[in-house]
Amino acid sequence: MDTLKTLVVILLSSVLVNNYVLSRFLGICPFLGVSKKLGQAAGMGVSVTAVMLLASAITWPIQRLILDQLHLEYMQTIVFILVIAALVQMLEIILKKFSPALHKALGVYLPLITTNCAVLGVAINNITDGYTFVESMVSSLGCGLGFLLAMVLFSGLRSRIDESEVPAPFRGLAVTLIAASFISLAFMGLSGIVDSLFA
Amino acid sequence: MTEILIHILIAFAVVVSIGILMGILLALVSRFFGIEEDPKRKQIRACLPGINCGACGYKGCDDYAAALADGSAQPNLCVPGAEDTANALCALLGVEAEAPEASVAFVHCNGNCEATSQKAIYDGISTCKAASMLYGGPEACRFGCMGFGDCAAACPNNAICIKDGIAHIDPSRCIGCKICVGQCPKSIISMVPRESKAVVMCNSKDKGADARKVCKNACIGCRKCEKTCPNGAITVQNNLARIDYEKCTGCGACVSACPTGCLKSVPFSDRS
Repeated sequence: MDTLKTLVVILLSSVLVNNYVLSRFLGICPFLGVSKKLGQAAGMGVSVTAVMLLASAITWPIQRLILDQLHLEYMQTIVFILVIAALVQMLEIILKKFSPALHKALGVYLPLITTNCAVLGVAINNITDGYTFVESMVSSLGCGLGFLLAMVLFSGLRSRIDESEVPAPFRGLAVTLIAASFISLAFMGLSGIVDSLFA
Repeated sequence: MTEILIHILIAFAVVVSIGILMGILLALVSRFFGIEEDPKRKQIRACLPGINCGACGYKGCDDYAAALADGSAQPNLCVPGAEDTANALCALLGVEAEAPEASVAFVHCNGNCEATSQKAIYDGISTCKAASMLYGGPEACRFGCMGFGDCAAACPNNAICIKDGIAHIDPSRCIGCKICVGQCPKSIISMVPRESKAVVMCNSKDKGADARKVCKNACIGCRKCEKTCPNGAITVQNNLARIDYEKCTGCGACVSACPTGCLKSVPFSDRS
């Protein structure tokens, strides 16, 4: 029961409280770049979630079974980036075959998941937080869902911005960034809520 | 010492083996899931000249090839490749050939250093765009070429040179991509058919006397050419002669009639 509770806490806190985009400010590039349309934003969110899950599934054993055993913890960043880059390439090949439309829509942002710091951040945080394998998988799922949530929320907001009359100095990226900061502020209000739920 | 060396070697081996493993995985994935690129697209791309000038209206030769492959583009849009490319593409796609009209860019200004002067000394950024923003540029004629060479810088085939303060386009090098046309802030450059015989070497819309005052070679809008032309191909609008190349037969009557020598007969040689 305790383990289940821990997992739920990890999931919820990584979706809502420690949202990678809105609280830790990682993965901002696709957040601003691909959030113009709901379909693309959701596609990007799902892709990033898939990469996060895969990356954690591979990086956790690599860290615990290879790097820790050989006292090579300092190689973590290089090895993780290597693994993530290869995974993104695989995802791209697979996506191109099974969903060419999504592949075309994501465009340059798909290879950019390679350098998406949110993915690397999840993989590294799973290790530094001392999660077990199952916990780290749940945490990556939560982070991915959190990213998806942020993307979907923000794409809705952006379509509203497109329809409204924005004062000239704020048009374009400026109003987008201001909107992003408001969502971020709103998410700050969720901190502490998960712990008190299970207290 | 050896311990450190061994440690480094282990680190090296670990990273390399992970890299190789990932490489093998990638190769397997692309072997089983990879899709082959449309071979037709590759063939089409091979027919195109590959200078990415954008005259076809697409982002480059690759983009045009993709549009051709899915049938959304006409095969005769490639201007630099002209007839040869169009024919090759038509043969490849199995459609009737329709060659693009060969045209060259022409600078409609003859305000060289002898004919005109400068009303001011311009010391700013040395581009036509910047200079034209400052009281219409340093040239005495507000319609004339300033000779900073925005067009020359944009030309993908080095066909344009600045001589005597104005731009000259070498028709044997011009590929007809129209890039320079959009670069000129004074809109002096336009496309003329390659087989045209006469051209108007002026862009001034000033009244005759005013135009003449700032440039010896200006069109003064005297309408002599309009009256002389046996085919009615020349009209004078806004004090400037215009030739309708649909009607022009290249008889050369206008050239001899022009009092300022602003109408010239320019035989454009074929592209080399």
